[in-house]
Amino acid sequence: MSEEILKERLEKVGIEMDPKKRSGSFLMLDQEVKTVSKFMEGIEIMPIRKALEKYDWLRDYMGEAVRKDEFVEEVEKDFNGYFIRALPNAKVEIPVEACLYLAKIGKQRVYNIIMAEEGSELNVISGCVSHPKAVGMHIGVTEFFVKRNAKLTFTMIHNWSEEIEVRPRSGAIVEENGVFISNYVLLSPAKLVQMYPTAYLKKNATAIFNSIVVAFKNAEIDMGNRAVLMEKGSSAEIVSRTISKGGKVVARGHIVAESPEVKGHLECRGLILNEGEILAIPELEAKCPNVDLSHEAAIGKIAEEEIFYLMARGMSRDEATATIIRGFMEIDVKGIPPALKREIDKAIELAEKELL
Amino acid sequence: MDMLRLVNLGVEVEGRRILENVNLYIQEGQTYVLFGPNGSGKSSLLMAVMGNPKYKIFDGRIIFKGKDITNLPTDERARMGMGLAFQNPPKISGVKLRDVLKHCAKLGGTSDRMEEYVKMLKMEEFLDRDLNVGFSGGEVKRSELLQLMLLNPDFVMLDEPDSGVDLENVSIIGEAIRVLLERDKPKDERRKAGIIITHTGHILDYVDADYGVLLYKGRIVCMGNPFDLLKDISEFGYEGCVRRCLRRF
Repeated sequence: MSEEILKERLEKVGIEMDPKKRSGSFLMLDQEVKTVSKFMEGIEIMPIRKALEKYDWLRDYMGEAVRKDEFVEEVEKDFNGYFIRALPNAKVEIPVEACLYLAKIGKQRVYNIIMAEEGSELNVISGCVSHPKAVGMHIGVTEFFVKRNAKLTFTMIHNWSEEIEVRPRSGAIVEENGVFISNYVLLSPAKLVQMYPTAYLKKNATAIFNSIVVAFKNAEIDMGNRAVLMEKGSSAEIVSRTISKGGKVVARGHIVAESPEVKGHLECRGLILNEGEILAIPELEAKCPNVDLSHEAAIGKIAEEEIFYLMARGMSRDEATATIIRGFMEIDVKGIPPALKREIDKAIELAEKELL
Repeated sequence: MDMLRLVNLGVEVEGRRILENVNLYIQEGQTYVLFGPNGSGKSSLLMAVMGNPKYKIFDGRIIFKGKDITNLPTDERARMGMGLAFQNPPKISGVKLRDVLKHCAKLGGTSDRMEEYVKMLKMEEFLDRDLNVGFSGGEVKRSELLQLMLLNPDFVMLDEPDSGVDLENVSIIGEAIRVLLERDKPKDERRKAGIIITHTGHILDYVDADYGVLLYKGRIVCMGNPFDLLKDISEFGYEGCVRRCLRRF
């Protein structure tokens, strides 16, 4: 494979391989780990297989945060992936980048574990990408462990080709006072994406999920986020923006209150451009009194009135439409480092041309 | 020089005729005030001149700076130097006021005055807010005028810039309109022209408009000194004013 194609594909999902902008890099090509480097103290980054050899205790974590299904079982048989850990009280704002690249193998099986130890702060940007015209399936299991008073921000940008099926399986356990922020961006064609990451929240823990998803023609996307508020004071916010440009989207969201004095809000907004299908399913489930759960869901179109307004300011119809779509995808992500925000903005910018 | 000429203009919305046989001739340097009861077609007139596709022109022509723009798209009209401050602008989430202002300033060649105008209209706190989302009545009006000042149009249309605005804000808005329409320049040096829609006429305390026009049931029925017209309307009501006008001609 030519270096240029690789570099160009990586950049699309925020992978820069630049020690000045990242605190660590990990690159896996099909089933083979190509790069593992660390540029800063306070973090560990290594292939998962090596990590399992090095740390006996790691096996006990496996399977704790993810519910088993046929795809998880398949990964368990034979996998590779990364282990990223922030050591206790280490605060690493510069993100670690991890890339999973599908080039020619039929099935890429990945198992990742990300751990933010007590009092630490860790930012990870994960780019999953496939070679142009590649055909196959990506199954990625990712388990997050956010310990007491730790904060983990995970930003995943996907860029697949039309013939790829993707089934991420991920779950997070967030301990007391921990914060887990997950951002998911899919702005390129894919054949099928199906996932429902879940966060389990202990006392006073917080989870924030933000997703920006575009479904192009022939794509089938079934995705959502779930938060289980297990103990007092925990809270969750799930925000999604889905755009269909000919594809089918199921936008899910589910907040479960298992304890009193918890708070959750769900917001799904959808936009259909020209044609497509969106099914929004926001679910709230309370198993006890004294909880505060809410949701809002809306599916709309680009209002002519808004286009006219911006055209009256001298924007062309295309510029006005692009501005409104960009606005729709703009989510005020709280607590996200500027470097990650830039990557999301870049991905949106790249997608704009294809949306018009 | 000619700024705007409406010739026998007829406008319909969703098949319903809103304006008929409207003739208006505005030259550079002139400011018009448009009066009329609710539903008389004032806003529709400005929408049609700005080229809102919802407002279909079934008759007549719009001539702007000597060019027939009846079928020109809105953005081209804006680039020719037309600007409209909306009465009820849409809320557009995710689109920051700052970005729209930058766009306006680029088109209007006013980037160097951005800071000054933002300050003048007291909009410093709103730059990173979503466009019109959660803005109060007065804030919406100030935001509209700020965008227009940066757009720097030759022909300014203001749809009720003073409605729902408190006294303190009215003076800020009045000041902005004076700048927009070059009302502080000597008469023969004014190049800008405009139409202001007003219900209350409050804005006339700040802007000494040249002409008043009364729009009634989709037609222009009176034209004259704006202060006299306002006086007649307040004294005799719209209908009474119309009768007096008809008697005069």
